[in-house]
Amino acid sequence: MKKWLSLSLDIALLAALVAAPLYLSAYHLSLLGRFLAMAILSLGLCLVWGWSGILSLGQGVFWGLGAYILAMHLKLAALAPGDMPDFMMWSGLDHLPGWWTIFRHPAVALLGVLIVPTIAAAGLAWLVFNRRVSGVHFALITQALALAFATLLVSEQAYTGGFNGLTDFTTLFGRYIVDPSFQRSLYWITVVALTAAYLFCRWISHTNFGKILLAIRDGESRTRFLGYNPAGYKMIAFAIGGAFAGISGALYVLHVGVISPAMVGVVPSIEMVVAVAVGGRDSFIGVILGTLLVNFGKDWISSAMPEMWQFGIGLLFILVVTLLPKGLAGIPELRGQIAARFRRSAGAPALEAQTLAITQKN
Amino acid sequence: MGHLVVFAGQIFNGISVASILLLTALGLALSFGLMNVINMAHGEMLMVGGYITYLTCRFVHGPGAFLLALGFSFVGSALLGAVLEVTVIRWLYGRPLDTLLATWGVSLILQQGARSLFGAIGVDVVAPPWLSGSVAIGRGPLAGLTLPSVRIFIIVLTIVVFALLLLFIARSRAGLFLRAVHQDREMAQALGVNTRWVDLLVFAAGTGVAGLAGTALALIAPVTPTVGQSYVVYAFLVVIVGGLGSLLGTALAALLVGLFSAGVQMFTSVSLADVLLLVLVVVFIQFRPRGIVFRRSRVMKEA
Repeated sequence: MKKWLSLSLDIALLAALVAAPLYLSAYHLSLLGRFLAMAILSLGLCLVWGWSGILSLGQGVFWGLGAYILAMHLKLAALAPGDMPDFMMWSGLDHLPGWWTIFRHPAVALLGVLIVPTIAAAGLAWLVFNRRVSGVHFALITQALALAFATLLVSEQAYTGGFNGLTDFTTLFGRYIVDPSFQRSLYWITVVALTAAYLFCRWISHTNFGKILLAIRDGESRTRFLGYNPAGYKMIAFAIGGAFAGISGALYVLHVGVISPAMVGVVPSIEMVVAVAVGGRDSFIGVILGTLLVNFGKDWISSAMPEMWQFGIGLLFILVVTLLPKGLAGIPELRGQIAARFRRSAGAPALEAQTLAITQKN
Repeated sequence: MGHLVVFAGQIFNGISVASILLLTALGLALSFGLMNVINMAHGEMLMVGGYITYLTCRFVHGPGAFLLALGFSFVGSALLGAVLEVTVIRWLYGRPLDTLLATWGVSLILQQGARSLFGAIGVDVVAPPWLSGSVAIGRGPLAGLTLPSVRIFIIVLTIVVFALLLLFIARSRAGLFLRAVHQDREMAQALGVNTRWVDLLVFAAGTGVAGLAGTALALIAPVTPTVGQSYVVYAFLVVIVGGLGSLLGTALAALLVGLFSAGVQMFTSVSLADVLLLVLVVVFIQFRPRGIVFRRSRVMKEA
């Protein structure tokens, strides 16, 4: 019965998304499109954080890699062969660097969007997890990575467009980006990509691989004693998260038409985690809804009263983390838990105190 | 001016940067080592210390105003830390990653609060007259080297605070309890140590020291709402490199990070130095994943 309920919820949500161009204004459709692109990243984070217990505060880096690679392609596509983007000429470069030129070809660019973030994520995870570095250390290292990535993008102005980033795109695969019909197909492509990512996550969660991820999250040493190597599993999970982030970034660039260092640094990276925490870090549907909710909320509050946004998101985050560790997706379970607590506290308070002490110790 | 002088000046700069990093990282290392709490709002304690210094120097005049500001920022940040511990962190013990996220929410609120009160543009603290000069070395191989008094003061302040903290932990009764809780929380609890108070005390002391770092920082840079954010990331790297539960390790790591940044900046840009620093840390944990100094333990940690 519950399974049918959740399936019909999924289908209703999908139908609402597919039909959105019929009932949303162009402005809101464009917002929805970019937030759905972000939801792909959130699904990756759900797998990485909710399922594998790896908190990444640098997801903006992999997102940014995907975004910048597609943006480089878009920049080159607008130029005649042999020309250079304007910011390069202002910075005094006399020819296009080789690692820019290869992304002129659409296939290479698409492949790059997928592969570069994946390899970057896998490489980092391999270096760190192999040495059994704790989750807290990993979170802090990824945050430093986000900071370093953003500063590097700002400072290497001749190659990255500096603080302003890359913008002024005209065509993708010969079609005009500003064209309403392109925007509509882009929206549907985003929905398809999100659905595929969602189904992929659902599939992973049913495989042995997914179950071992959960085992690592709940008891890494125990899983190691059972003969599994957690580093390998965590690396693959993190690489998938990186790939999702890259795809998400590339789609986002198409929706927004600009990418800049301010969108990939420390703060945006944590905002990505906020959205996942609010939705419910281990619920695939939850993180999609959480991403939409947080981003629409941000758009609404920051246009109505800009200074309130930071207070709002700060408070929201404190409350969600302390009171609702499973996010909004955890609310249905909450009633049962509260009821159970009342029953237990009437019966065996001593035992509860004991279990509490044990869980705190761990 | 020869190469040696430039080099020595850069080392001096590195040590003064390391001093502020150490003051910032001490609180982080204490609360992380003792309570397994990651305080992302720690950088904002720097900011609070900086603004308290600004306000004190604005309303109090005279030669002692700056020393008064030091006291005020310690007490103010420590009180704020205590409030934070009681209202948020106490509820999250045993969930280190969640303390990280919740305290990040706190840091956003504090940043925006500062922005609403003082504006997004930084405020300047004018160093008192007795700190505004510089010491010039007239003779010897380092002739021509000038050391700003402000930076010398920061280094001295850090050494004093560090020594006091070590003395507090090694000699005082509260320090004894602190070591007991650090070694074995349950056993200390069973022997009658009020661990809640120890946690509160340590957390407040750590944030207070961060407030002092804020005062020190205010002397060399304008105080902005986001001043803490840029420092706290490096302070976390210092904690990672230093290892848990060892203040000496933290000090060594701060020195290492400060000197490395200052050294690399001689050859490349500041941003490339950031990237190289991160590479250094990742390489470093390949060899010493638990930091420079760590305590061997049989406890199997699942965190």
